[in-house]
Amino acid sequence: MNVEEGLKYTESHEWIRVEGDTALIGITDYAQESLGDIVFVEVPEVGTIVAKGDEAVNIESVKVAEAVYAPVTGTVKDVNEDLEDAPETINKDAYGTFIYSITMADPSELNSYMDADAYKAFVDAQD
Amino acid sequence: MIPYIPHSQAEISAMLDRIGAASVDDLFVDIPEELRFSRPIDLPGSMAESDVMNLLAAMANENRTKTLFAGGGQYDHVIPSVVSHLTGRAEFVTAYTPYQPEISQGILQALFEFQSAIAEITGLPVSNASLYDGATAAAEACAMVLNAKRKSRIVLTAGTLHPHTKSVLGTYFADLDVELVELPETSGRVELSTLTSALESAGEELAGVLVQTPNIYGALEDLTGWSDAVHAANGRFIVSAHPLSLGALASPAEWGADIAVGDTQPLGLPPYFGGPSAGYIACGKDLMRRMPGRIVGESVDADGKSAFVLTHQAREQHIKRERATSNICSNQSLAAIANVVYLSALGPTGFAQVSEQNISAAAELRRRLIDEIGLTDYVPGPVFNEFTLRISADRKKWDDTFADCGIVPGVWLSDLDESIPADLFSVAVTEKRTATELDAYIACAREALS
Amino acid sequence: MTIDPETRTLFESSRPGAPGFRFPEADRPAEPESNPIPDTLRRRYPAALPEHGEIETVRHFTNLSRRNYGVDLGFYPLGSCTMKYNPKVNEDAASLQGFTALHPMQSDEDSAGILRLTGELLEGLCEMTGMDGGTLQPMAGAHGEFVGMKLFRAAFRARNQMNRTRLLVPDSSHGTNPASAHLAGFDVVTLTSGADGLLDPDALDPYLDENLAGIMLTNPSTLGLFETRIKEVADKVHDAGGLLYYDGANLNAVMGRVRPGDMGFDVMHINLHKTFSTPHGGGGPGAGPVLVKSELLPYLPVPVLVKKKDGKWMRDWNRSQSIGKASAWFGNTGVLVRAFTYMKAMGGDGLKKASDMAVLNANYLLSCLKEIYTAPYPGPCKHEFVLSAKSLKDHTGVAAMDIAKGLIEYGIHPPTVYFPLIVPECLMIEPTETETKESLDRFVQVMKELRELADHDPEALHHLPRNTVVGRVDEVRAARHPVLSHMMIDDRPD
Repeated sequence: MNVEEGLKYTESHEWIRVEGDTALIGITDYAQESLGDIVFVEVPEVGTIVAKGDEAVNIESVKVAEAVYAPVTGTVKDVNEDLEDAPETINKDAYGTFIYSITMADPSELNSYMDADAYKAFVDAQD
Repeated sequence: MIPYIPHSQAEISAMLDRIGAASVDDLFVDIPEELRFSRPIDLPGSMAESDVMNLLAAMANENRTKTLFAGGGQYDHVIPSVVSHLTGRAEFVTAYTPYQPEISQGILQALFEFQSAIAEITGLPVSNASLYDGATAAAEACAMVLNAKRKSRIVLTAGTLHPHTKSVLGTYFADLDVELVELPETSGRVELSTLTSALESAGEELAGVLVQTPNIYGALEDLTGWSDAVHAANGRFIVSAHPLSLGALASPAEWGADIAVGDTQPLGLPPYFGGPSAGYIACGKDLMRRMPGRIVGESVDADGKSAFVLTHQAREQHIKRERATSNICSNQSLAAIANVVYLSALGPTGFAQVSEQNISAAAELRRRLIDEIGLTDYVPGPVFNEFTLRISADRKKWDDTFADCGIVPGVWLSDLDESIPADLFSVAVTEKRTATELDAYIACAREALS
Repeated sequence: MTIDPETRTLFESSRPGAPGFRFPEADRPAEPESNPIPDTLRRRYPAALPEHGEIETVRHFTNLSRRNYGVDLGFYPLGSCTMKYNPKVNEDAASLQGFTALHPMQSDEDSAGILRLTGELLEGLCEMTGMDGGTLQPMAGAHGEFVGMKLFRAAFRARNQMNRTRLLVPDSSHGTNPASAHLAGFDVVTLTSGADGLLDPDALDPYLDENLAGIMLTNPSTLGLFETRIKEVADKVHDAGGLLYYDGANLNAVMGRVRPGDMGFDVMHINLHKTFSTPHGGGGPGAGPVLVKSELLPYLPVPVLVKKKDGKWMRDWNRSQSIGKASAWFGNTGVLVRAFTYMKAMGGDGLKKASDMAVLNANYLLSCLKEIYTAPYPGPCKHEFVLSAKSLKDHTGVAAMDIAKGLIEYGIHPPTVYFPLIVPECLMIEPTETETKESLDRFVQVMKELRELADHDPEALHHLPRNTVVGRVDEVRAARHPVLSHMMIDDRPD
């Protein structure tokens, strides 16, 4: 189970990579493993306004469908269109595959999230 | 003695022994005494099989089956004998849902073939393994278009839909933030101009439009320009089509529909007092992920052999739980298999032929009722196998005369929907009705109106 | 991908020029002179249905059926599905022409027989369950749940309590439960079961306010355990003004022993294709009649079956407070005829015996199997029980899925796997009362052999089954590259 440095982590197993006022969002290695083979990713439309905690993305594997929640408030800036044809990329490279990005309205919302070590401890406690 | 419960007394004792219980009653001690049902169930005692059959036969005889010219959503068609024999195969009848594909290839493939047949007749490639009936299929299609467009909440529905469909739609959406807006009819059809002005009023909240053809009056809706108008308004187009009409008439795909729905009863199932049949639903690939219910997909096994499996199950309620867009868990599997056996027996030639025969049979009786009996059309213009007349004569005399003739002459539409004028009477004529039966109808009608 | 000519689809085996079905001669002109159909309304491209002669259709589907397992072939211990024997006399009764040829719009007089059958069926179901009335319209359990939830809403509307939006479900519930509630506009709260697998009434306390709609339960639960404190639960919910819904999936455990109505439930559904022996047909048609207590009678879907003074039955459409129609006509009539036939054959005494023997069979299996596998709730159980393969998986790598596939190799349909979700690597086993001791003993023997295989050669189990027409199917490929009809075969990835 990999954890990458330099990212922020949520308790619902999303990672956030901050680039200026943009938050790139994906799911962690732990999440992709528990989902199993991902078959479909439903991304929001660019320009959609999301509030922190909104259901933004839907990921389906063979056995389960899971929501991915917006970790911050803002506007959807970009979505990973490659996921339409190759959703399995997330399974292969969870941290290298962003799902969508948000132009943040309030970057201070990031403060509540975990760093790599804290997330690792969090996951270890779960099992 | 209950033949379906195979235990001998010795076996029961041996089993209780193994469990360590003194009696079967001991296995129920966890039911609190205050709740226990302490008297026998107040139903007559068990019966021998032949006594049961005698009872059922007597009940069946209490019904009066007649020559059917009634439609209204349920039709009397010729059913090839192969249908009942093939759907009666024990391996189809006594199987559960095909969750273990290795031992369910029979049903999975039959349902895949059903999906393929529906795709062919509607022209839309993605179909599921059936829903409960045509009315719930229409409701599910509306749910699909609402869920496919964020912040949409309005569905325009043709005023000429079958009243049952309207009722089911109302029940489905009563507790959700959805607005169903009816498109009023103009002389038994819905005009394009009615649609375009309603589209304008609906604005950004429009999810889609639902129309049925043939409609409740049997009239064929002319859907020229509809799909363009709906798509220009950023909505989706749902067409509810009588499946047997698709042998001769324009398919939903040809009308530019995004989703096609309907009831499969005419495809090899008897009237059976309204059930069971199946609902079909088909759509384009863009809406594939929104398709509710069970879907069979083709794949391979480890050796590369073609194999079928239930797919997109994450869609089903049992995985998404609260977030499901539908709670459909099952399908009408055996009814769908009857449908595909029927279509296989007919083939493309038979399918086109039966469709044409329905058209000509209805046209024949319609012409005779107008020319020879002097009745009038409510909706002039083309129909499939059902048409609506105005009958201003005494209803009781009409009904009683035909009852004595052993004919069910049709359906008073106000019986389906009180808001429909009381003099509108819908008559269905299928390929099953013979010339003699048509003659009998004419004679009886003459008497009823004399 | 290889396609075996023996198992080609109808479309792949289409034979151009094959004769279809012969319709009787229509002694009338082919093209109607009056009101011909204009080209704009006609089909431009014919439907490319496959062409086969009659013998080809018969062979095709007969051979398909031979590649399918059913209760008539062998043991089918699917938990919560109640795969009991489907009596053949039910089929004979259901194919009587007096039933099949009846049109739903025929008068009550013409339909006297079927109305009486369905009326008496409803009465019998109410007696057995302790309820006051109901509807036979819903076509499946999930459909019944949906109607039940709508009835809840109607009751609250009438009481002017539309704020009652919170519905409780246990974490062991079937997935349709919260989905149905959600669709009816409720917010669902999941309650955690206790360590003993039962619902602790205290878990309800935080929610016993004016926003409580009620609770949706099955009893016994999906773990096969009787919720002994159900009366406490019912009292708490009722005192807070809520209602109780009973999912009848497990009714086969308690017929003649306890009634949902007496337990305190206000609305319930029965799965006729489970408890009342109507065949599953590969997934349907079934029937999920909904029964209610008197408070909810006014809201039932129309038409409502009413017995007149002369003893005949009628369809009453005159119900101003009805929630409307739940489905197009009156329910799956063919299924109702089968259920009625079963009810008559079994009688009150037979139904009780069915539950007794169902519970006996389940406890017998549990006693035998708990020595071989982990039984999280070692008994006694009701009509079904659960085993967990978690420890087996941890030690040998063999999971519940592998045991299931192993059973297939031995010619037995597997039990339900991976449900309920609260038991890891779950196998849910329900033998039903129609299974012989011999059949159960064989099942135990096979389960023993699979355990031994897991201990000595786990790798072998990962590749089973081998002796079926196809091996394990690639579900990931099916989901990633959907080919859902013959029209989509160009989407095949190879």
